[in-house]
Amino acid sequence: MNTVNCTECDAAITLSTGTEVGEIIVCPDCGVDLEVTSLDPAQVSPAPMEQEDWGE
Amino acid sequence: MQNNLKIGVLFSRLRVEEKWILSSLESSGVNYDRLDDREITFDLEHPQPWRQYDAVLERSISYTSGLYALRLLNSFGVPTVNSAAVAEICGDKLATSARLSHAGVPQPHVATAFTPEAALQAIESFGYPVVLKPVTGSWGRLLAKVNDREAAEALLEHKATLGSVQHSIFYIQEYIQKPGRDIRAIVIGGRVLTAIYRNAQHWITNTARGGGGELCPVTPEIEGLCLRAAHAVGGGVLGIDLIEHPEKGLLVNEVNHTTEFHTAQPLSGVDIAGEIVTYTLEVARKGMSPAHSKEEVC
Repeated sequence: MNTVNCTECDAAITLSTGTEVGEIIVCPDCGVDLEVTSLDPAQVSPAPMEQEDWGE
Repeated sequence: MQNNLKIGVLFSRLRVEEKWILSSLESSGVNYDRLDDREITFDLEHPQPWRQYDAVLERSISYTSGLYALRLLNSFGVPTVNSAAVAEICGDKLATSARLSHAGVPQPHVATAFTPEAALQAIESFGYPVVLKPVTGSWGRLLAKVNDREAAEALLEHKATLGSVQHSIFYIQEYIQKPGRDIRAIVIGGRVLTAIYRNAQHWITNTARGGGGELCPVTPEIEGLCLRAAHAVGGGVLGIDLIEHPEKGLLVNEVNHTTEFHTAQPLSGVDIAGEIVTYTLEVARKGMSPAHSKEEVC
């Protein structure tokens, strides 16, 4: 089981099967957006803030 | 392997759409690289590393980074999905409106002005309410429904004072009393794959803003209109937003060039990610088209 701690609130988060590097996950405790930066070992960092030109 | 073609997938972060696309590339046995737009560099004197790709699929979350990457790739002779020319039009609402207007594609009434004074004059000629939109941007951000002159004056002053220079390109659109929904259609390579209604009580009906989805039958009218809009902007992989105007009927509101489909794919059951991969491989096989080598589009 790949687990990681939230950089904001330190909650333990279990990465679901199929999680990939570059994916954004939401901390179930504090709701902050986290980017998965590594799977082995599991690591996350705060996701980049939304910019004005982001979108589709 | 797909005839030894090599594909680059340019992305910023892996949204569910990118995960589906990568999964489809994997299952199709396509040789591909993931290209994180935060890590790449372009050396204009050494374009060779980029020429290893038969095509690059651009899925950047930043319009600006994506557009510049496409411009460089196309200048290096690397075909892209979509082309820089298409991204240039679709990423700018005014350029899109100009193209749709030129092609006679029905769209909401639009005016533009470059000073708050001229914008106020245009707004007054429309009557209230009107909608003010930034020319670039997405996910329903910074859209404003302006209900009266006082609000218009305040908003125009704020945009001119607090916004970047681009916010002084005032894009003014008629407000449409739509039936609590708009339509997002997915068009790939001259085919309308599917369409969904995006329902919301709020006047901004974007699923990124919490609007829900429901399958929308692709009628001949929707299909015809979407194909005309797609052709007007140069074609490719597009998400076309339609509005149902109570008097004018269906109108094209926006055309998106890195369309999201997290609602459309599961609702419709259409493998949109797989269709994008198939189209990208087609582009890779065909090589650079005139659209890719076009420097200026508007």
